[in-house]
Amino acid sequence: MAMDELIKIQPYGLNKEEKRKLYTKYISDLTWKHYNGCPEYKKIIDTLGYSYGTSFLPEDAPMLPVRLFKEYELISTKKDQIVKTMTSSGTSGQQVSKIFLDRNNVEAQTKVLTSIITSYIGKKRLPLLILDSKQVLKDRSMFSARGAGIIGFQTFGRNITYALDEKMNLDLDAINSFFNKYQNETILMFGYTYMIWQYVIQILKERKISFHIEKGILFHIGGWKKLKDKAVDTATYNETIRKTMGNIEIHNYYGMAEQLGSVFVECEYGAMHCSVFSDIIIRKPDDFSVANIGERGLIELQSLIPTSYPGHVLLTEDEGEILGEDDCPCKRMGKYFKIHGRIKGAEIRGCSDTYER
Amino acid sequence: MSNLEKYNLVFLETFEIEENSLNDKLIYQSIPQWDSVGHMGLIAALEDTFDIMFDTDDIVEFNSYEKGKEFMKKYNVEL
Repeated sequence: MAMDELIKIQPYGLNKEEKRKLYTKYISDLTWKHYNGCPEYKKIIDTLGYSYGTSFLPEDAPMLPVRLFKEYELISTKKDQIVKTMTSSGTSGQQVSKIFLDRNNVEAQTKVLTSIITSYIGKKRLPLLILDSKQVLKDRSMFSARGAGIIGFQTFGRNITYALDEKMNLDLDAINSFFNKYQNETILMFGYTYMIWQYVIQILKERKISFHIEKGILFHIGGWKKLKDKAVDTATYNETIRKTMGNIEIHNYYGMAEQLGSVFVECEYGAMHCSVFSDIIIRKPDDFSVANIGERGLIELQSLIPTSYPGHVLLTEDEGEILGEDDCPCKRMGKYFKIHGRIKGAEIRGCSDTYER
Repeated sequence: MSNLEKYNLVFLETFEIEENSLNDKLIYQSIPQWDSVGHMGLIAALEDTFDIMFDTDDIVEFNSYEKGKEFMKKYNVEL
């Protein structure tokens, strides 16, 4: 099935058997496509002893550790076909991942993200408040994950307004006039998990300002490490946002620069969901065998999107557990899971929400 | 100014290109200016010019100068 066909499937519309069948075929095919396109990847697969052209079950697919994209430039298409190079921002002094995208890969990312997000907010674009600074978008040549996230989300919004000025200070005039203007409409908001907390919510609390949005939807993405250091968990986070901003449906979501587009969104019951376009496998840290439901381990992510770089099966440095499959009370099909954060001893990895004063 | 002239002007001004670039080769990512940032600028400018609002799907599908013309019809803008 080509991407044009896949994109027509409801993003949470495949059950366990259907998805397993799709992934057995698709992930095997992608593996051999990258094998033929990327010499470095071919070397790895040969070393692992896979015989060319065979089909394997999703859990038997060869995984690449995500940090490989920092050490090597892995491309499975001709260099002149690359239209965009994505980098994960990375903390200073660290190497960044470089992801090479051709036209088809970019298009697939956009379509998949659209399919997933519109299943939550509808196809009509909503007034959008970006809880960040426009400054992030200034350098277009080398796009950071943070800038790309903001641009990607603009597709779902209109009358786009930024809540922070170029110095990362709260732009209260802009926010006030935005909320006044759209007080009778559903408002969409987007931002990075830690930045929202630090540069919006904390400042509002300090200044004792609160808003009373009647209906808002917030999507936020990014690491929880700095928040955990401050002992802020999801419940506290959501509750504080609702107290300062009003009636807001909050969706945390998870995704990697190495697999942009096929994101995992937290449902109204607090579970992260795999869409049709991506899947998760939990690996036991001692022998990398497949963990059971409810068992903690390393997160492996599979995505149907990557075609111009071999990033379809990645072993992350995040820890998580699967909560169930096809039976979440929210009625979305597919696996649903919880993330426990970076594993101990992993390289400190930059998130897209890094901003140091 | 005709609608087609207005449509062309949006491309010329958003991407700072010359009139002779307006052809079927002008597609998303074919010039550095028409990247994801430029795309949202183009959409916003078309919406302002014609007082319309694209659906999300159409923003994603709007990937060339020529294809864009078909989308304008969908929003009752005759070029």
